[in-house]
Amino acid sequence: MEGRSVPMQIIESGHVEKNYWRDLWRYRELFEVLAWRDVAVRYKQTIIGVAWALLRPVLTMAVFTVIFSRLAKLPSEGNAPYPLMVMAGMLPWTFFSTALSDASNSLIGSAGLIGKIYFPRLIIPTATIVVAFVDLLISFAILCVMMAWYKFWPTWQILFLPLFVFLAFLASLGPGLWVTSLNVKYRDFRYVMPFALQLGLYVSPVGFSSSVVPAKWRLLYSFNPVVGVIDGFRWCILGRASRIYWTGLGVSVVVIVSFLLLGIGQFRRMEKTFADLI
Amino acid sequence: MANTDVVIRVENISKRYLVGHVSTRLDGHDTLRDAVVRHAKSFARKALDVARGRQIVDGDTVEEFWALRDLSFEIKRGEVLGIVGSNGAGKSTLLKLLSRITEPTNGRIEIDGRVASLLEVGTGFHPELSGRENIFLNGAILGMTRSEIRAQYDEIVDFAGVERFLDTPVKRYSSGMQVRLAFAVAAHLKPEILLVDEVLAVGDGEFQKKCLGKMGDVARSGRTVLLVSHNLGSLRSLCSHGILLSEGRLIAAGSISSVLMAYSAKNEPSNKVYPSDSLVRRVAAYQDTDKIILEMEYSNVRGKLTIPGFSFIIHEADGRPILGHNPMLERRNLDVPWPNEGVVRASVTSPKLLDGVYTVSVFLGDPYSTVFRDLNCLTISISGLVNSLYQLPPEQVGPVYPECQYEFLPLDLKAEVVDIAISES
Repeated sequence: MEGRSVPMQIIESGHVEKNYWRDLWRYRELFEVLAWRDVAVRYKQTIIGVAWALLRPVLTMAVFTVIFSRLAKLPSEGNAPYPLMVMAGMLPWTFFSTALSDASNSLIGSAGLIGKIYFPRLIIPTATIVVAFVDLLISFAILCVMMAWYKFWPTWQILFLPLFVFLAFLASLGPGLWVTSLNVKYRDFRYVMPFALQLGLYVSPVGFSSSVVPAKWRLLYSFNPVVGVIDGFRWCILGRASRIYWTGLGVSVVVIVSFLLLGIGQFRRMEKTFADLI
Repeated sequence: MANTDVVIRVENISKRYLVGHVSTRLDGHDTLRDAVVRHAKSFARKALDVARGRQIVDGDTVEEFWALRDLSFEIKRGEVLGIVGSNGAGKSTLLKLLSRITEPTNGRIEIDGRVASLLEVGTGFHPELSGRENIFLNGAILGMTRSEIRAQYDEIVDFAGVERFLDTPVKRYSSGMQVRLAFAVAAHLKPEILLVDEVLAVGDGEFQKKCLGKMGDVARSGRTVLLVSHNLGSLRSLCSHGILLSEGRLIAAGSISSVLMAYSAKNEPSNKVYPSDSLVRRVAAYQDTDKIILEMEYSNVRGKLTIPGFSFIIHEADGRPILGHNPMLERRNLDVPWPNEGVVRASVTSPKLLDGVYTVSVFLGDPYSTVFRDLNCLTISISGLVNSLYQLPPEQVGPVYPECQYEFLPLDLKAEVVDIAISES
């Protein structure tokens, strides 16, 4: 920090920070440290520790397989085993819902920091998403074990998976930023979010394949941004067994980007008043 | 900036907050209808605020509150500026504006240099993480890079004195240890401009001394420092310049001694008034040119008192007693006549209080019991005395100035005194 000179700062009401994004880059170490902190404290003082990250997805997967495949008799995608298809959908969903709910509460949870220290506030919600990413990696390891068990080998399509992970990140970041900044002002959103995510689990193709949805509703269904992400994950993981609905994916991407712009806009507009309102 | 020496220029800044009030009926009776009407009103106002995109304020009437009003000043490179003012004068708000935590309502601030702010000791400490981990976390939050922290890690640990507990979660630390660790990290912060808010008042006496020493090093190293403190003694020894705020406005600016003088002058001889039907009606304490005066106005119309035995204790700002006196323990004044309603005045002719802020506890009673006590109810603040006496500051010689006579004695006389002392023992 010493020796590096900074340009003169001007502080006034409504002043638009020219160097905002560069500032964000300069604070990357704080981002790393906050993300590391969230990961480090995640499973502190628990008995089985990281095993929780394994247990939750496995149990959910088992329950969904029993309900949707055995009881409701829904078809899988192509020749893919049903548990694999569920797991491939749960990966992005769990990531999305953890990231979104953590991000939504992140600003209120860091009230102490916000009131006492300056840094680009965008760091807080984005850093929480890293925790969800760690859980995603653990779930992915489970998926790999399952694929080996079913002797189901991935195709070249799996190379595109990082792209869809990034899409899932953007999908959760947009609404996350929007909700967390509104949450600072109107605490109502704290109660809305868990409820919305609970509904989201049923309207998103997590326990079933989106091919179950009638063709004429397919486009409308894609307005749910998670649909595109989940379909993308399945396409990457299940390979030829899965057929992707490209128009729907396009719609999802557009929805995701608009939410992202909305979220960033809202966040930036409110950012300077956070310390006064929180 | 025209003058490159000015690192912070503040121009006409103001900061407004909205505060809500809940109107309650004085008799304490709130009927269901009142409650419904009140909540409906409050809901309607909130809905309107949301529609206009404004902040929600609880309560049914909203008032504007100006924490700072039209403040302008400049700070030059290397200045150590003390900010003084009573509670609610806007000192902390000013630091928050300068550190970009919140935005001014009007006005403009120009800052040339990297700012680090230390508004609270241990910001962002995570209770579940170990001491070692918290050093890195807290350092990063205060704006240090990882390599900077690593370079000074041993020094930080040494300063805090927590070597043995580095792998223990901070939640198991005593509060004193937490504060020491937090301050140790903060003390190794090396920005061009440092903003510090009332963090020196932590830890035990020895640690405070260490902190003051560290702050002195920072101040002497040519950095620009802004310091908010109620500890006038440490402000005097650390700062070169000062500004005085009162109700959000700038009252005085200049050298630290002139500002502290203005601050003390603003504080009237401290006095406290009690309800008119009570035994004690008023107490006051102040230091005159040659003595400390303590007064208590009493009323014995109910005949409760056998004697208005007034006693007192004067404490340092941190609560440690300096001096006190209870005439009743010595059975003094027992046969002096006293009026049924009147004032009892104690004059302390020696020692005098040196510069600083002191609190006073007062008591009333007879030789057998105390019928009235009010602890730390008055404040005496003294400034400028050290300079006018050409004496050492209280940090070095203690808070009081003794009345002293000096004589020159020939050697043989001294020997005689020693002889007597020996023969007596």
